[in-house]
Amino acid sequence: MTNTDIRDFIQNAIGENHVMLFMKGTPHAPACGFSARTSACLNALGVQYAALDILPDPRIREELSGISGWPTIPQLFVDGELVGGCDIVTEMYESGELADKLGVDQPEEEPEPAPVQRQQAPIGLDNNLD
Amino acid sequence: MPSAEELKERIQAALPGADVAVEDLTGGGDHFRAEVVSDRFDGLSRIEQHKLVYDVFGAEVGGPIHALSIKTSTPEGTT
Repeated sequence: MTNTDIRDFIQNAIGENHVMLFMKGTPHAPACGFSARTSACLNALGVQYAALDILPDPRIREELSGISGWPTIPQLFVDGELVGGCDIVTEMYESGELADKLGVDQPEEEPEPAPVQRQQAPIGLDNNLD
Repeated sequence: MPSAEELKERIQAALPGADVAVEDLTGGGDHFRAEVVSDRFDGLSRIEQHKLVYDVFGAEVGGPIHALSIKTSTPEGTT
């Protein structure tokens, strides 16, 4: 798989998914606390989203940051636009802006991040796209 | 290994007049949290504000600086 293939794959994922999260690990088994918190915000809102684990190949992260201009993981995209990383998503969740943006009601309960699991990442890109 | 003080000085150099607080979250010199208050953020989106801070460190973020958590605001209030 070339870097161009990876870039095209990422661009398609951003373009085709209303809510697209790039993270370390998966929503059920996040591999980093920041990714865990960000996916927990989306889970708490009850929205459907696609998630891609960037760990299987370092080029995923390089190409993603090249596209977005954003250096860290996670990265949340809504309707093809970068919303932010963990800090911004958490702030927007707490202020209710994220619920507004996604057209859902703000839940009462706090998001509960899934426990971080340090694991061997699976090889391949097609691991967790809904 | 970067220190919280070094990060603070570099942010202040890039954003003159900014009120900057940097905390080393783990004590390990690789996970930091920066709170930055600057009038340069006026009228910018959160993404643009955070990018201004990330840009101070370029490729070091994700490298030697493993994680940099950012909170930005303007002197008049949080945007």
